[in-house]
Amino acid sequence: MAINWFKYSAPSTFYGLAGKLTPWFAWPAALLFAVGLYIGFFVAPTDAIQSEAYRIIFIHVPASILSMFLYLIMAGYAALGLIFKTRLSSMMASALAPTGALFALISLWTGALWGKPMWGAWWVWDARLTSELILLFLYLGFIALQASIEDPRRADKASALLAIVGSVNVPIIYYSVQWWNTLHQGATIKMTGTSMHVAMQQSMFTVLVACWLYAIAMGLSRVRSIILEREANTQWVKELPEVKQ
Amino acid sequence: MTPRQKRFTWILVGVALVAAAVGLVLFALKNNVSLYFTPTQVYNKEAPQARNFRIGGMVEEGSVQRQQDGLTVHFKITDTTNAMEVVYKGILPDLFKEGKGVVAQGKLNADNIFEAEEVLAKHDENYMPPEAMDAIQKAEDAKAASGNATPATK
Repeated sequence: MAINWFKYSAPSTFYGLAGKLTPWFAWPAALLFAVGLYIGFFVAPTDAIQSEAYRIIFIHVPASILSMFLYLIMAGYAALGLIFKTRLSSMMASALAPTGALFALISLWTGALWGKPMWGAWWVWDARLTSELILLFLYLGFIALQASIEDPRRADKASALLAIVGSVNVPIIYYSVQWWNTLHQGATIKMTGTSMHVAMQQSMFTVLVACWLYAIAMGLSRVRSIILEREANTQWVKELPEVKQ
Repeated sequence: MTPRQKRFTWILVGVALVAAAVGLVLFALKNNVSLYFTPTQVYNKEAPQARNFRIGGMVEEGSVQRQQDGLTVHFKITDTTNAMEVVYKGILPDLFKEGKGVVAQGKLNADNIFEAEEVLAKHDENYMPPEAMDAIQKAEDAKAASGNATPATK
């Protein structure tokens, strides 16, 4: 069966598709959050050194991973919008930004909550923490820049440049713990394996998948609002049953 | 080249240039980006002399000594080649332990002892339940007990 994918690069057709897809991501996300956090809080054993405080990783690690990946995806969409002048790509970039910012904030916040009892400090200016903070500012800058320019096409162009330039920061976050001396520990999940108990892994990866599904669901539902906003004057929007009434 | 390819090339070139610029800046600022100096760096006089800096490494086994007042602690931070003597007065974080990672902030005094104002514990990337920790400890003890015929390999 051949599907004409380009058909869905038009906002008018993607609007309906996104609406149909959203619940298929949202409900599994809710389910997996429940399962993952259940394993995390009731099945996974206590850590030998950090005792119960380590359980923050079930939120902290997935949120950090998502904050970085979403930025790259956002920058990718922004670049597509810039190169191919496809309106939908730019809209997807703006749709992903708030979710990415949220994950970056959760990552920093939970990290601080963990850092006080474990390290003895809420915050240190080490390379990992600082570069993640810059990531949050990049997200906020992207959102602010988009909002500050009236003409959506010019706003897309300007914010796309910011997003693309900012993507240099993502590998810096990832490799910061290897390149410099940092207080933040090195990677637990590596290509060669994971230095972590199995039940802890299960919980963390389940929440990670849940976060992915949540991010996709949020991106799709937010892009629908953006499409409606930007295409408000078109005939097809005026004929939508939810707009007509 | 079509305009589309041109835009694509411009973006690629732009990202490469920005990455190179950021890379060079970070490389030049290597010592400022790093949170702490290792004891070896301090021995080699790479650490600042008159002002505050951070020193990081492991708390040397058997080096922690508490003073009578219960607050002042003497210990050594080691990177396995060199060790620095540290004195600290205050409450230590929960994870502070001999053989574990630590980062201390302060400055060197005239006797080359590091007077710390803040001590932070550095956690490693391993997560395991207490039973697994015990098992590893026992295995290591057994290895040590089995004599010097089989030197412990890491």
